[in-house]
Amino acid sequence: MGKLLVASSPHIKDKSSTSRIMLDVIIALLPTAIISVVYFSYISALIIVVSVSSSVLFEYLYNLIAKKEHTEWDLSCVVTGLILALNMPPVKSSIILSVIGSFIAIVVVKMIFGGIGQNIFNPAAAARIFLTVSFSSLMTEYVAPFTDGIASATPLAIVDADKLPSYLDLFLGKTSGSLGETAAITLIAGGIYLLARKVISWEIPLTYIATTALFAFVFGEDPLFSILSGGLMIGAIYMATDYTTSPVTKKGKFIFAFGLGLMTAAIRSFGSNTEGVAFSIIFMNALVPLIDRFTSPKTFGRVKN
Amino acid sequence: MINKIFKFRGGVVLDHKKSTADSPVENFPLPKTIEIFMQQHIGAPCLPLVKKGDYVYVGQKVGDSEAFVSAPIHSGVSGQVKEIKDVILYNGMKSKSIVIETDGKQEVLPDLKIPDISSKELFLQAIRDCGMTGLGGAGFPTHVKLNTRDRIPEFLVINAVECEPFITCDYRAVLERSKEIFQGIQLCLDKLSIPKAIIGIEDDKMPAVEILKDLCKGDSRIETLVLKTKYPQGAEKMLIYALTGRKVPMGGLPIDIGVVVMNITTVMMINNYIKSGMPLVSRIVTIDGEGIEKKGNYEIIFGTSIRDIYDYCKKEDGSEEDVTKILYGGPMNGLTVRDFDRPLLKQNNAILFMTKKELNLEKESACIRCGRCVENCPMSLMPLMMNKYALLEDVEQLEKLNISNCIECGVCSYVCPAKRHLVQSFKMGKELLRKERSKNG
Repeated sequence: MGKLLVASSPHIKDKSSTSRIMLDVIIALLPTAIISVVYFSYISALIIVVSVSSSVLFEYLYNLIAKKEHTEWDLSCVVTGLILALNMPPVKSSIILSVIGSFIAIVVVKMIFGGIGQNIFNPAAAARIFLTVSFSSLMTEYVAPFTDGIASATPLAIVDADKLPSYLDLFLGKTSGSLGETAAITLIAGGIYLLARKVISWEIPLTYIATTALFAFVFGEDPLFSILSGGLMIGAIYMATDYTTSPVTKKGKFIFAFGLGLMTAAIRSFGSNTEGVAFSIIFMNALVPLIDRFTSPKTFGRVKN
Repeated sequence: MINKIFKFRGGVVLDHKKSTADSPVENFPLPKTIEIFMQQHIGAPCLPLVKKGDYVYVGQKVGDSEAFVSAPIHSGVSGQVKEIKDVILYNGMKSKSIVIETDGKQEVLPDLKIPDISSKELFLQAIRDCGMTGLGGAGFPTHVKLNTRDRIPEFLVINAVECEPFITCDYRAVLERSKEIFQGIQLCLDKLSIPKAIIGIEDDKMPAVEILKDLCKGDSRIETLVLKTKYPQGAEKMLIYALTGRKVPMGGLPIDIGVVVMNITTVMMINNYIKSGMPLVSRIVTIDGEGIEKKGNYEIIFGTSIRDIYDYCKKEDGSEEDVTKILYGGPMNGLTVRDFDRPLLKQNNAILFMTKKELNLEKESACIRCGRCVENCPMSLMPLMMNKYALLEDVEQLEKLNISNCIECGVCSYVCPAKRHLVQSFKMGKELLRKERSKNG
């Protein structure tokens, strides 16, 4: 007699999987990765390869040493490595720094907290902050594109209004900045792909960007410039939407993204640091459990007693 | 006239795979033996009324209980009682079961008579006497549900949604036996003095919709409303909301908001009994799944073994080993059958022989907090949190998360990319909560 499987319903599942979701994020980020190589030449490619492979390696080693089940297959470490690389300035020192960053992101921020789904902070954002604080001069060593490494200030750090890049240059990413934070166009294209694949929903990126623009305007800055420059696009579309470190409810996503926008605009206008995205994300990450608790939906048929 | 349809939040659109929709109902051949479980309903189990060696007729009552929440059980064959044995049910409870060897004569009980339904009480008694239970899957005794005491329902909701993949038995019943269905609805409205009936059906069954709408023209009390195909549209709470805009309060019953829900086959079978005096001894069952060849809809006598059904429907070169799971009911809500010797029960609207490739047997991985379960939960719960606390056996948190309001529709598990066994953990969590509550009195 054949052995029949006895299990709880449901007996069918859809085709989604964690690794497929992560693969979609990687696909969405590819145009940005490619354009960074076009703008900043081979150094970009090197940073990406080193960052991704060290992230995977750290996760592999952690699981090996901690005797945990291997989780590299879910590709989330590849996404972390890729996003971290895109957060690095396109200079040689970033190659070494990305290895340190990967260690912080994967081992300290993610795996020690229990691995995928358990970390409180976005690994790439936390690693970027760690590197910015520890190696501030190296992490702000920006170069202009197509120049083979001539130092240049990022648009947000430029004080002289005449030297500001045009909106078109910002949109196309022809400006100095981290590998993947310059070209709004490819970041948006990837974002549309993720929306179409239903990997992310519009609430966080749109609310984040809109709120940043709104408060930039309130604080007397140029809203459009604020949207197109710095790490806002990559932060809003790829980092703030990280499942683990963002709220699960719709209402919660609005609140989370509103907080992000307000903080980013405030840091950019009043802070000593010109870039506020990573800091805002880390700060709002810490509030996620609270937001989830207060925005949990009212269950069907719930009546007040 | 009610025209507005209320859409429920969440849910999923499933690949329906209604491959048996065009298979007319066939009579399943008489098996050599049948095995009648004394528990085929929610409530108190029945006790056998016959003993080994007794001769039984078709339509003879073989099991009954004194309890109010219970339903008697009848034999669908004539023959000799071979054995009375103990069995363990899917939920671990023990029950008696009666094995009857059929004599092939199908002799009907000589004193079978048409019931007297001249009053509401007698009508409810008749429904109990015929052993009627909810045929949509839950198996709740119908006479208990309809006994609303001094509360007269405003609406009788007829569930013809059949939102599970594969299952087409209710659809076939509408196509082939619509008059009986209609008479059944009218009977219920008359006898229970309910002013209005609404039939809810999904828009993937348009031929059935046409028939029902046509029949509705003859009785202004009855209306057919077409609903968008979305799972779990057929869940009682979702259906009532869609048709009336009313929400069953948490922990409450449909009658609390003036509604009684009946499955469309149930009303049809009530009518059959009232007209013929033959109690509930068989039903239409959808037989499907990649494990068999002769997929279709069959009228099968209760107690027919899964093995008999398999042997009749199997592929020429098929073997029992090819079947990975057998389901009582649909793939979203159905229960797994332990072995091929199990019999067909009253509430089984389908028997599905599933092979490995139809099932998703992927391993569970860590929750990534994608929020899909929250987004799609028709009951607006937080499945990911419920899962976490169910595994931690934290009853207090589970109560705060309203776990008891979960209808176990399976949508959360279906959409989960980490393939987490959410519903399974909720069943466990609910059990923990129940135990805790009974402990605290």
